[in-house]
Amino acid sequence: MQYVFILEQVLNGLLVGAYYLLIALGLSLIFALGGIVNLAHGGFYAIGAYLAVMLTDRVGFFGALVASPVLVGCLGIVIERFLFRRFYRSDPILSLLLTFGLAMVIEQGLRIVFGAAPLPFSIPAELRGQLLVGDFIYPRYRLFIFGVALAAVTATWFIVYRTTFGRVVRAGVQNPDIVGALGISLAPYMTAIAALGVGLAGLAGVLLAPIAGVHPAMGAEILTAAFVVVVIGGLGSFWGVIAAATLVGVVRGITIYFNPSWGEASMYLLMALVLLVRPRGLFGERIEKFE
Amino acid sequence: MSTKLSRRTLLKTTAGSALLAAVGMPAIVRAQADAIRIGHLTPLTGFLGPLGEYAVMGVKLAAEEINAGGGVMGRKIDLVMEDSVNPQTASAKAERLIERDRVAMIIGEISSASGLAIGQVANRMKTVFINTGCNSDALRGTSCNPYMFHIEGANSMYVMAVGQYLLRENMVKGKKWYSLTADYAFGHDLLRVAKKFMEANGGQFAADELVPTDATDFSPYLLKIRQSQPDLVVSNLAGNQITNFIKQYSEYGLKFPVAGFGFDTVVAWGAGKGNFSGIWPLVWHHLVDTPSSKKYVDAFQKKYGKLPDNQSWGDYNSLKIVAQSMNEIKSADPQKLAEHLRKGAKFDVMKAREVYFRPYDNQMVMEMYAVRAKDPSKMKDQWDIYDALGAVPGPNEDLETIAPPKDGACKIG
Repeated sequence: MQYVFILEQVLNGLLVGAYYLLIALGLSLIFALGGIVNLAHGGFYAIGAYLAVMLTDRVGFFGALVASPVLVGCLGIVIERFLFRRFYRSDPILSLLLTFGLAMVIEQGLRIVFGAAPLPFSIPAELRGQLLVGDFIYPRYRLFIFGVALAAVTATWFIVYRTTFGRVVRAGVQNPDIVGALGISLAPYMTAIAALGVGLAGLAGVLLAPIAGVHPAMGAEILTAAFVVVVIGGLGSFWGVIAAATLVGVVRGITIYFNPSWGEASMYLLMALVLLVRPRGLFGERIEKFE
Repeated sequence: MSTKLSRRTLLKTTAGSALLAAVGMPAIVRAQADAIRIGHLTPLTGFLGPLGEYAVMGVKLAAEEINAGGGVMGRKIDLVMEDSVNPQTASAKAERLIERDRVAMIIGEISSASGLAIGQVANRMKTVFINTGCNSDALRGTSCNPYMFHIEGANSMYVMAVGQYLLRENMVKGKKWYSLTADYAFGHDLLRVAKKFMEANGGQFAADELVPTDATDFSPYLLKIRQSQPDLVVSNLAGNQITNFIKQYSEYGLKFPVAGFGFDTVVAWGAGKGNFSGIWPLVWHHLVDTPSSKKYVDAFQKKYGKLPDNQSWGDYNSLKIVAQSMNEIKSADPQKLAEHLRKGAKFDVMKAREVYFRPYDNQMVMEMYAVRAKDPSKMKDQWDIYDALGAVPGPNEDLETIAPPKDGACKIG
């Protein structure tokens, strides 16, 4: 019987992986192209969740699901245009300080405007309920998150790997100077990628708001996990992030099955193990500018 | 594009981002000549931050009322407020409040781990500290000291409060409990007390599991609960953990009855409609039917536009008790204040019966309450989430019956 229970944890871990993936993917995109380690990524996730709470009253949950990531993405454009852009060529420690400060500004801003107490928010009535598959239980809402995450990741993959836009972005990741020499300005691409990455964080915020507490520190709560996923996956690797998110979800589930108090620590152990065997992460490519 | 950022830098960043959670709010220090300074030290950030915010609202309201009523011995109360963050910071800030800011005493704290640290500083510097939110019995036992007072109920009092109703509903004898426990000082202590209660009354654990305080996803735990088919799911969780647990328990649609041994109204208000279930204990709630309770609810609503919770009750009443005591003894001297509080002075803290600190361990002896989650269809608004079950111990029973056992662990009496 025990194997059935472990299998259930593995399948559940895949669903949880979708949630890690949404947050980590944007982080990875922004880092790969601009070299900015966005410590404020969790802040955008939190803004996404707060927007969801506010917008749901006016346009319903599904309206908020579309509007909130778009608004967060627009905020991303502004932040990229006026802040990130100044730091692409400077010492990375400066952009770290910038985003670290930005994260604090966002968290305290949310605290000042909305208070520290969590805002009440629930799963929309249409998505309540559970699906029973044999002995296994799946809340309909988790399957919905999985579906939306899958669609968002597929769309991102399509943009990066199947469009002219994506070709320039990938070239920019490998060698921005040559792209410049070919007469292509990377600036608009940088802006678009920042909007996309930050928008994905906003989307994750909307999706998680019904099942996790909506409070100012929610961004800081998930940021470390998102970094762990990016590092395990390997910098700049699209598939690496996907593999790592899945792996983290599954490993955490199985660890909790056997030893619950190690649940959160398991992802850090996993990271240490992966880095020992593959210092560049699972699918980390050699990116010249980062060596 | 010549960035020098290496993979190693990113790795360091991963550790650095954890720092984010540890960065506190800046200190708010206001000085005023000849005012009596009171230190308020409580977590405003991290997983207990939502409670700290209510603590601040409570203590500010008390200071305002005291000052409007002529202050203490004609002197104004001046609050010096700090974010305690974690045990190390709490300890350092407590020292600074006493040495640099010259506060007459300290009120606050919610984390039992930080409360222990502040208590030690208070004892060393012979300054009164009234704990308004740390439940751990150890603070009233092996770690007790003559300068640390507890207006907050001890874990064993919370367990007794909910326990009476669980016994009444036949949820203990011969039943299997599945407990989730916050993995830090408070949770460990609560688990120990809960276990004692359960074993004494013929129940047993299907499992007891520790949950890290930074866990946001409870799904693996919920699957395990579903597999073990317990008679009762027991929450020994804390702060934001409870919000996440309540939301996801409802998401998974599990039907096992829920009870909690530690609870705060704020985290359940924050869960959202249709998610809250079970029986939970509280040191005070806004439905407590006494004249002073009603007055407080009105004043709080008027000032902040929302209902007061149990945490604000603790910080509000602590300051009121201190002001009343200083007026009575006509002194702000910490030594005299401690003696007065330990001598059995009685106070009205909005409960049906007057309360006092017992000299054995400085625990406030008082009634506790239990509440039951309301049927979502009967809720009037987002604040209307539970019904009052009544006070423990009952009207004719001695208040001491639910106080922590006098097992000799505390040596100050």
